[in-house]
Amino acid sequence: MSASHEHTHPDTLNDEIRRETGVIVNKCYQCGKCSAGCPVATEMEYPPSLVMRMLQTEDPLHVEKLLKSMTIWLCVTCEMCLTRCPMEIDIPSLMDFMRQKSYRAKKTNPQAKKIISFHKSFLDSINYTGRLYEMGLIVDYKMRTGAMMQDVAVAPKMFIKGKLNPVPEFIKGRKKIAAIFNKVQDKKEGKL
Amino acid sequence: MKVGFYPGCSMKGGAREYQESVSALAKVFDIELVEIPDWNCCGATAAHNLNKELSLSLPARIMALAEREGISDIVVPCAACYNRLSIVKHELEADKSLSKRVASIIDLKYEGTTQILNIIQFIDKYITDRLEEKVVKPFDYKTACYYGCLLVRPHSILKFDRVEDPQSMDVLVKKAGGDAIDWAYKTECCGAGMSVSRTDTVARLSGNIMKDAVDRAAEVVVVACPMCHSNLDMRRPEINKFLNEKIDIPILYISQVLGLAVGLDAKTLGLNRHMTEVNLPVKPAMEVPVASEPKKVVNTQKLEA
Repeated sequence: MSASHEHTHPDTLNDEIRRETGVIVNKCYQCGKCSAGCPVATEMEYPPSLVMRMLQTEDPLHVEKLLKSMTIWLCVTCEMCLTRCPMEIDIPSLMDFMRQKSYRAKKTNPQAKKIISFHKSFLDSINYTGRLYEMGLIVDYKMRTGAMMQDVAVAPKMFIKGKLNPVPEFIKGRKKIAAIFNKVQDKKEGKL
Repeated sequence: MKVGFYPGCSMKGGAREYQESVSALAKVFDIELVEIPDWNCCGATAAHNLNKELSLSLPARIMALAEREGISDIVVPCAACYNRLSIVKHELEADKSLSKRVASIIDLKYEGTTQILNIIQFIDKYITDRLEEKVVKPFDYKTACYYGCLLVRPHSILKFDRVEDPQSMDVLVKKAGGDAIDWAYKTECCGAGMSVSRTDTVARLSGNIMKDAVDRAAEVVVVACPMCHSNLDMRRPEINKFLNEKIDIPILYISQVLGLAVGLDAKTLGLNRHMTEVNLPVKPAMEVPVASEPKKVVNTQKLEA
């Protein structure tokens, strides 16, 4: 196959995955060690080895299922799959790639709302103060999800033990942090 | 001796006792921890789940600020921050054009010259040689050393300890006079950042870890990560409900264990801040001074706060 011929091929998803994460999905030979070691595989629709198989088929329907799955949001990036993979396939980076793609394309699974809300509240805190302000994070998260009563019993004890700061710490360079957020956000896709 | 210090957000809030105990321990060994000026959050799970460039830029800014101060070693006691900083350092080293792009995003010069040390690497580099001579109150407990995920994985980047059965923390606990037990859940995931958004998952994963520890007669679990700590300690009611058992053994940071062994008191080490009360019995070994040379005798006060 000549180089010029290669260039006429449109970029497939698997090409993009390889470019962005270094993962070559066809390296997977379905031994299943990733799924066996994954702490959240039992809660996933598609355990990690099945995710690999679905991507290998290059079937757009499979890709669509993955982008809309809970699987990608349940992955906790514990890195067990990569550690035990005989082909050293970086599944955690692949999961990051799929999450970011799903989020940008607004295809996130409705049931992942709480997980994504938590991430968004977390990033908002960094954007505004430069650091994570735990109390602000929890309040912001409750507003996003409506889970107003969650963990209310634990808060007073945390406060007494000095684990909750009543006021956030603002870093001096928070304008620089806001500038970082501005630069990495895609204008078309909107705010993080 | 001066060492750069990145506490991270947890150590300023929910894991205050981790910072207190690390600082107190460093002081005993005459190490000055220099906080990186105006450091920011590393972005944690949230950043790498949603935006790759953000997940690279936030840690890069921290390392760039350290470089500007001429700091060569940064101790990062939070395993999650340590993992993020190490991965970003590795990725930017491997891809120079990405490194340039990130430098322009953070608007700072970034060379990648700082060394990132986790809490155990820091202790091994600066303290371990002098540890045993300073032990006045052996930590004589059956101890389950819990490493979790982010301290040891991915090995290809971190190159720290064994991935399936790490030993570095066990060695430290033994040097402190403890009995580091053999157990099966050393590097199983506790559920990490899902504590709020999927509490049930955390209760199951952390529950399995605690169950194995107590089944093997552990009196205490030792950790090196604020996320592991909050899941095993603060989520104990949910864990006990999942297991339908009442597990009440405490979770200590490695810095607290070593701190107790060298004679620091419970309050200085922040033992009173844990949600699961620390009620470790005083054992005979602790009442006998280890060396015969004259040493400041430390009262064998009760360990509870």
